[in-house]
Amino acid sequence: MSKVYADAQSALDGLLRDGMSIAAGGFGLSGIPENLIQAIRESGVKNLVIASNNAGVDDFGLGLLLQDRQVTKMISSYVGENDLFMQQFLAGELEIEFNPQGTLAERLRAGGAGIPGFYTATGVGTLIAEGKEHKEFDGRTYILERGLRMDLGIVKAWKGDAEGNLTYRKTAMNFNPECATAGTVTVAEVEELVPVGTLDKMAIHTPGVYVQRLFQGSHEKRIENRTTRAA
Amino acid sequence: MPWDRNQMAERAAAELQDGFYVNLGIGIPTLVSNYVPANYNITLQSENGMLGMGPFPTEDEVDPDLINAGKQTVTELSKTSYFSSSDSFAMIRGGHIDLSILGAMEVSETGDLANWMIPGRLVKGMGGAMDLVAGVKRIVVIMDHANRKGEPKLLRECSLPLTGQGVVDRIITNLGVFDVVEGGIRVVERAPDVSLADIEAVTEAALVD
Repeated sequence: MSKVYADAQSALDGLLRDGMSIAAGGFGLSGIPENLIQAIRESGVKNLVIASNNAGVDDFGLGLLLQDRQVTKMISSYVGENDLFMQQFLAGELEIEFNPQGTLAERLRAGGAGIPGFYTATGVGTLIAEGKEHKEFDGRTYILERGLRMDLGIVKAWKGDAEGNLTYRKTAMNFNPECATAGTVTVAEVEELVPVGTLDKMAIHTPGVYVQRLFQGSHEKRIENRTTRAA
Repeated sequence: MPWDRNQMAERAAAELQDGFYVNLGIGIPTLVSNYVPANYNITLQSENGMLGMGPFPTEDEVDPDLINAGKQTVTELSKTSYFSSSDSFAMIRGGHIDLSILGAMEVSETGDLANWMIPGRLVKGMGGAMDLVAGVKRIVVIMDHANRKGEPKLLRECSLPLTGQGVVDRIITNLGVFDVVEGGIRVVERAPDVSLADIEAVTEAALVD
């Protein structure tokens, strides 16, 4: 059984359904699974619950799924780059569960690692702690956060092979390794599909066991905040 | 004369010690990197997954796969390492980062920090700020002493939702340097020609010796 598919649409075939939960890699617009997001948009699937650090911008990234109101709830740490998000949220059309960035990353990591919950000092004494179990360890107070397991993980890597082994490039790694493990099924899009055996075996970030399907995509890699200095 | 943005950043750079691993927030805190003493080995952490952050790129060096936590393009250094978000926050939450310098909307006299939302108006999210203030060894805030309406930002209690409770160690404003101590806020240093009366006029928090 091959893990390799021709494109995003075929790689998602049979996996999408209304109301499902999706963990999407990326930080801002960097390292986002652009091809898979586009294919999810075209599928018309609705009522999605999406865990992703950000919500894209109005016309790119996960913002595309907001345009057609395909998302019911976002689990994110920061959505300040997306005006459409703000409009839908303030109009009560979209639910947001804010998670501190490190808590979100650890929830996905823990979920993928079979850990149903963990204690963290992050958010103690804030709105985030309301309704959560508090426990003291060694004189400091912590709150219980739950591991996150999602129906589908969608990730973007630099290079991948037919076994599903993935490597990421620079800060485009971000949440992708966590989302790969948190997905009950994970689909990866790669910039380069390379022959098995050519990746450095000691530098594989996501071992193939976490990836059920993958394909080589084409990537716009839009830059959100181009900042330069004089040469 | 109150300090301007760059002078506040320059003053904040005096908080650095040789060998420190440091996380700088967005805005004025980012400017602190311009004032790192040349003989110091300082490593900047960017919470999206990078240790050893370099300066902004030249036009030719721009790489969409290389950004900082403010989504700005940056460069790498020879010492740079990259890692995932959970690894990044493991080093933050685990107390491995020496210092975080970040902005604030409000700070209370007990070191509470509010910098992530204004209910009903501004709903952007906390990003990594809650993890940073909970996990980094020392927290320094840079902010204007008063808001745009001239109202104090150093308060008895924060009015906005908190980012962290009792987490701030030191505050650097345009008027001076302040420490959170037992009983209130201690004036550590005043900007040139700023009097204690000038500070008291725009401070709600209790000032103590």
